[in-house]
Amino acid sequence: MEVNILVGGAAGQGMDTVMNLLGKALVRKGYGLIYTKDYMSRVRGGHNFSRLRIAAGKPWTNIESIDIMVALNEETYNQHCGNLASSGRVIFDPQLFSLPDDEDRGVPVKLEKLAAEAGGKVMANTVAVGALLVLIGLQSEAVEVLLKETFAEKEGVAEKNINALRAGMDSAANSCSACFDLPPQNEGEKKLFIDGNQVLGMAALASGCRFYSAYPMTPSTGVMNYLAEKGIDYPLVVEQAEDEIAAINMALGASYAGVRALTATSGGGFSLMVEGLSLAGMTETPLVLIVGMRPGPATGLPTRTEQGDLGFVIHAGHGEFPRAVLSATSHEDAFYRLNKAFELADRFQTPVLFLSDQNFADTHRSIEPFDFGRLGYNRAIAEEGGFEKPYKRYRLTDNGISPRIIPGQFKDEVVLVDSDEHDENGNIIEDAETRRLMVDKRMRKLKALAEEMDEPDLYGDPHPELLLVGWGSTYGVLREAVDALSSSGTKTAMLHFSDIWPLPQKRLKNLLPGVRRSYCVENNATGQLAALICRETGLSFGGSILKYDGRPFMAHEIVKEVEDDA
Amino acid sequence: MPELNAYLIGETAWCPGCGNFGIRSALAGALAELELLPHEVLICSGIGQAAKIPHYIKANGFNGLHGRALPPALGARAANKNLKIIVESGDGDSYGEGGNHFVHNVRRNPNLAHFVHNNQIYGLTKGQASPTSDPGMKTGVQVSGVALPALNPLALALVLGAGFVARCYSAEKDHLKETMKAAINFPGYALVDILQPCVSFNKINTYDWYNERIYFPEIEDPQDWTSAIELSRQWGDKIPLGVFYNRPRPTFESSLAVLEGDPLAFKTFDPKEFAHVQDEFL
Repeated sequence: MEVNILVGGAAGQGMDTVMNLLGKALVRKGYGLIYTKDYMSRVRGGHNFSRLRIAAGKPWTNIESIDIMVALNEETYNQHCGNLASSGRVIFDPQLFSLPDDEDRGVPVKLEKLAAEAGGKVMANTVAVGALLVLIGLQSEAVEVLLKETFAEKEGVAEKNINALRAGMDSAANSCSACFDLPPQNEGEKKLFIDGNQVLGMAALASGCRFYSAYPMTPSTGVMNYLAEKGIDYPLVVEQAEDEIAAINMALGASYAGVRALTATSGGGFSLMVEGLSLAGMTETPLVLIVGMRPGPATGLPTRTEQGDLGFVIHAGHGEFPRAVLSATSHEDAFYRLNKAFELADRFQTPVLFLSDQNFADTHRSIEPFDFGRLGYNRAIAEEGGFEKPYKRYRLTDNGISPRIIPGQFKDEVVLVDSDEHDENGNIIEDAETRRLMVDKRMRKLKALAEEMDEPDLYGDPHPELLLVGWGSTYGVLREAVDALSSSGTKTAMLHFSDIWPLPQKRLKNLLPGVRRSYCVENNATGQLAALICRETGLSFGGSILKYDGRPFMAHEIVKEVEDDA
Repeated sequence: MPELNAYLIGETAWCPGCGNFGIRSALAGALAELELLPHEVLICSGIGQAAKIPHYIKANGFNGLHGRALPPALGARAANKNLKIIVESGDGDSYGEGGNHFVHNVRRNPNLAHFVHNNQIYGLTKGQASPTSDPGMKTGVQVSGVALPALNPLALALVLGAGFVARCYSAEKDHLKETMKAAINFPGYALVDILQPCVSFNKINTYDWYNERIYFPEIEDPQDWTSAIELSRQWGDKIPLGVFYNRPRPTFESSLAVLEGDPLAFKTFDPKEFAHVQDEFL
């Protein structure tokens, strides 16, 4: 029992705000849901749509089949009517377009007219949500409360929207009644309704990030939006840099001077940051860098998703230096994992890259509240007595980690960092012996860093005949594929990497060689994780399932590829 | 007052006679006279001969990437507003490779003193034109002579809204030192463009060339922008030195209420106290 809703229209029709409200209202009532957006890189026009799936428990992904379609324009209907269930319904505005004569699933609601009567055509979406509520048999109260919360500071806006909502309900009630049963509501504590960028922004704030610099770039901009708003009330400086080169160098300056610093971008912006990444490695300056992936090369598909930059971030930067690469697998995990990125960066005094993608960044899900008590804040900055005097920023140590102090912390002690090769003081050197010692010192950090990498998450049958391997945002869709394949009788499991570099290998080496069938599933064209695994372990997969059309996987696509290959 | 020797460290890699020596001793003098102790000062630099100065002056130092001296300085400002931050780099670093950062940090107006060692040539790469090279200068790359007009950093800074704009000359050490002190104490972004002979590669703009041309104009009103622009455009037979413009305006820091109180770098933090931030998503 579940309901799948698709809302489509042109960019600029303001669907997102009102769908967020509806989603939040449903989550407050205890429904499990996922809300995803498929939008074009334009401000007006085009075809944008979003999907809202209401299902028992905690849905991980959307499915293709549509129960209720809200077609704000004719194109939405034309593009998606093939996926409309036979028992489905289409909410549309009969004054804008008509459905084909043989289409008997229509629910005509004069969206624009009713919106205009309520106070403005722009509220046509709100009217549509009213009609939606009728179809799923819900009262308007929860949405009305949210409209009041959302527009509390805008005189009259909430009231007008409530009128529009009710007008939509009244109109739809004339032509149909509740035709869809909602799944059972979840018991227990309240759930969050949150998207991936908000999870990352909140994790940064709660990890004690005090400086964020970035240049806006889809799909990472949401992190900056979140933090910029928080910078008003919390001790955090958010600076929009003139370019990504400035963004990473600002963050490094802030980190050097003693605060946790973050920057985020997408592939193109990251390309500009690469020299700065190398500087972080050389100066041993802690830095967390989120790369929200979208399809490349170059500008690629700006608003769509891909896992195409794994190889790039692992190898980015001239010269050799240690780094960690972590990824966002689910909203639940990413919150703690970004905190881990900050902890690792401070402890190992080196850059930590955090891979997200548009699919993760823009997807809202209903999830349990986070436990802030699990977050670490260990700055690894030496106190009095914790370092030898006179202070030397790059003092040689057994584990390669030099005690770190920050400028101004101690009278008479100064901190010198240098992008040139340097001696223990941080002064430029060119002699071979010091060079070798410093390279060894930096690279020694890798050993302990590798021990901090979490093994990939194992889900499904502990003795599988079929193994799916993935990383990053495909976690949810792989779970649903594993469930589907298991329920059809195949002993299936998945191994899913959240920490990717240095590559954790134990679980993979234990499991992969003994499995009869294995696939590496990736949102890219070349199988970058599979190639990395092969290089690091010599292990290879029976096959690969790749998708690189800019859209996220759906579970049925993975199941079909596996079944077709049997 | 601290001794000059408290600041002078290291063995320099500069050519004998280099203008950098004068700039270095003026800086050490300025810091001593302002009684700024090494741990209270941060020098950010990029790459080039000038950018090596953090190795020769005792202070905190961030010797970063070519062209990128200003962005780390801005980040450090946000992190620790108590540090006195000086950005020191050459003309190639500040106006060429780092041109975009120059433009936008003048707009931001952070509390930084930016000392540009302007020798009108690329020294470390052995003698190519810089953005401030005079037209006609022949080099191994500009074999027919520089064809582009020279970038005028002072006029550019003034047009962008800089509050403190000055020109100095490395051989006029007392004037340079006093101007540095004023720039360090100026509330906001302060540009000091320091003319500096390059004895190895710039055979045109030599000590003699400058000595024949420099003069100290009477500056009646350093808040008069039009006069400042006129001075900034004087070049050739007569080259004026001095603080052309001195008029504070709201700084980067003043727009950030979060910077009140202790520096961000020294504020305590406990993640558990932040649990309420997720309530807006319930």
